[in-house]
Amino acid sequence: MRILLMGNPNVGKSVVFSRLTGVNVIASNYPGTTVGYTRGFMKLGEEKVEVIDVPGTYTLEPTSEAEEVARRMLDTGDIVINVVDATNLERNLYLTLQLLERNIPVIVALNIWDDTKHRGINIELDKLRELLGVPVIPTVATTGEGIKELVRSIPRAASPQTPVRSRDERWATIGSIIEQVQHVTHRHHTWFERLADASVKPLRGGIIALIVIAGAFFVVRFIGESLIGYVLEPLFENLWAPVILRLSNFLGGESFIHHILIGKIAGDEVNFVESFGLLTSGIYVPFAMVLPYIIAFYLMLGLLEDSGYLPRLAVLMDTIMHRLGLHGYAVIPILLGLGCNVPAILATRILESNRERFIAATLISIALPCAALQAMILGLVGERGGQYVAVVYGTLFVVWIILGIILRYAARGFTPELLIEIPPYRLPQWRAVVQKLWMRVYGFLAEALPVILGAILVINILDILGIFGAIANFTAPVVTGLLGLPKEAVTALVIGFLRKDVAVGMLAPLALTAEQLVVGSVVLAMSFPCIATFIVLLRELGVVGMVKATGIMVSAALIVGGLLNVVL
Amino acid sequence: MTGEGEIPLTRMQTGQSGTVIQIQGGIGLVNRLAALNIRPGKRITKVSSMLMWGPVTIEVDRTQVAIDFGMANRVIVELDEAAK
Repeated sequence: MRILLMGNPNVGKSVVFSRLTGVNVIASNYPGTTVGYTRGFMKLGEEKVEVIDVPGTYTLEPTSEAEEVARRMLDTGDIVINVVDATNLERNLYLTLQLLERNIPVIVALNIWDDTKHRGINIELDKLRELLGVPVIPTVATTGEGIKELVRSIPRAASPQTPVRSRDERWATIGSIIEQVQHVTHRHHTWFERLADASVKPLRGGIIALIVIAGAFFVVRFIGESLIGYVLEPLFENLWAPVILRLSNFLGGESFIHHILIGKIAGDEVNFVESFGLLTSGIYVPFAMVLPYIIAFYLMLGLLEDSGYLPRLAVLMDTIMHRLGLHGYAVIPILLGLGCNVPAILATRILESNRERFIAATLISIALPCAALQAMILGLVGERGGQYVAVVYGTLFVVWIILGIILRYAARGFTPELLIEIPPYRLPQWRAVVQKLWMRVYGFLAEALPVILGAILVINILDILGIFGAIANFTAPVVTGLLGLPKEAVTALVIGFLRKDVAVGMLAPLALTAEQLVVGSVVLAMSFPCIATFIVLLRELGVVGMVKATGIMVSAALIVGGLLNVVL
Repeated sequence: MTGEGEIPLTRMQTGQSGTVIQIQGGIGLVNRLAALNIRPGKRITKVSSMLMWGPVTIEVDRTQVAIDFGMANRVIVELDEAAK
C-alpha cells in the first residue's frame, strides 16, 4: 500500500512525514523546500506501508513543474493524507475538493492547529467532517500532537461521492463550507506581524536585510573561528600531533607507508595542512578546517529557513535578480549554494523555467564558493591578511554579476514572474534546528570524508609515480604564463575536480605569494565544478546544458585568473 | 475598462483595502492567481510595494502573497468606500 502526503506548499507535509516514518527530511518555513519526493515506510497495524512526501501543490491543474510532479504521483497512490494549514483553511480546501473529486480515499490532517488559537480562528471540526465526508484530524506536526490519532484514523480514509466541479463551483462550495465551520475573531497585530510587514517594505526591509545578512556572516565567522581556535586546533596540536610523531618514528621517514599515511614532516613539527598524509591533512582538513564552518553555516541557515525570513529576502531582491535573468526566489538556491553546490542546484527546481534553472545552476557552480572551499580560503588566504580575502570575494562577486548579466541576454527562453506566498514568521524550534543541522553535518561527513581521503591517496600515489611532474610540464604555459603560478600548482587545479577544499590545501606547500594565492583560490573556485556538483549538473541540465555550463566556467576562470595575475 | 475607484494593485496605496473585481489576463494567469486565492470577489489589503517596479505584497485572508509588478498591474481592484 502506498500513502501520499499531499497539500499546499509550506503546510508542514515534510514534518508530518518525518513523524510518520521516522525518516528525517529537510523541512523549512518556506514554500518549495521539498522539490523531489521522499519515500519512507511506516507500520500500519501489522502491515508495512510506503509513505511518500509529495512536493507541495496548490491545485491539481498544474501551474508549475513541482505541481505536475504532484499530479502524476496522485495516480500511483492508494490513500491520500491531505495536510491542510488550519490557519488558511479556505485556500487549502481547493486542493482538498479536487482530491475528493478523484476516486481515492482521503483523510485530512488539519495541521498548524495550535496557531488557530492565537490567530483568533475557530473551526468547528464535526461540521467540517460532515461537510467533507472524510476524517479530519487536528495535528501539530512540530510537536507531534495528533499524529497518533491521525495514524489510527488512516483506515477510515474515505472517498465520498463528489461531483466533478468547475473552478467557480469549487470556490462557491468552499465559500459555503467556510461560512458554516469557521469563525474569525478580530485581534490586534502581534509584534511578529509588524516585523513581518516591515521586512517587505523597501527602506525598512532593506535595512533589516542588511542587518540579517551581516549578522549571519559575523555569527558564522565567530562560531567557525571559535571552534577552530579553542577546540579543534588545541585538540590536534596537543593530542593528535604526538601520536603522529610517534608513528612517524616507528615507520621511518622514507618508507612508502609513511609517505601515504603521514606525508612530509620536518623534524618534530607536524604541519597538518602541508604534510598531505591520510592521517595528517586527510583528517585535519575535513575536521579542523572545514567542519567548524559547515556547522556554523548550517546552524545559521537552519535558523533563517525556519524563521520564514527567506521568502521576504526573495521579495526584496526581486528587482536586482531580474537584472541577472532570475527572479527573487532564486536567492534561496543561491544561499544554499554557499553551503554546498549540490543541494543548491537541486533547489533550482523551485524556479519555473529551464532558462532560469540554467542561469541559476551556472551561476551557483561558477562563482559561489561552497562552505568547504570558503573555510579553506578563510584559513589559508586569511593568514596573509583580510584584504586578500576581500579581493577573492570581491572578484567572485563581480564575476557573478557580470556573468549573470551576460547570461540574461544570451540564454534563450523566458524568466517567469515572481508569485510567492510569504509565510508568517515563526520562532525556530531548537529540536528541529538541531536535527536539521545534524542531518546536514552528517551528510557532509558521509559524502566528503571518503572523497577527501581518496583524493589524498591519489595525490600521493601520482606524486610517487612522478605523473604530476609530467602534467605540470605539459600545462606550464597556461599555469605559469597566463596565471602566473608555479607549474606545480596545476596539481591543485586537477585535484579541484575531486574536492576543492583539498585543492586549496595543496596550494599551501608551494610557498606562493599572497597574490598568487588569491589567483589560485579564485581560479579554483571558478573553474571546473567538483565531481559531486558535476554529477548533479549533468542530471539537472542534461549533457548539452552541462557542457555549456562547464565551457563557461573554464573560460571564465582562465580569463579572470589571467586578469587578476596582471592586475595584482 | 475600469470605472471610478477601480485601479490595478500597483496603484493602490500601502495599507489600502479593496475587492478584486477582475484579472486582465489569460487562463494561465487567472489559474495561478486563483491557486493562491486571489480571484474576483476576494478582499485584499496592500502590505507594501518595492521600488523600481518591484513586487507588490498583499494580504488575502491573513496570508501574504508577493506578486510581480507586471502581474499586479493586471489585477484590478475596487477600493473600499473609505479609501476612495
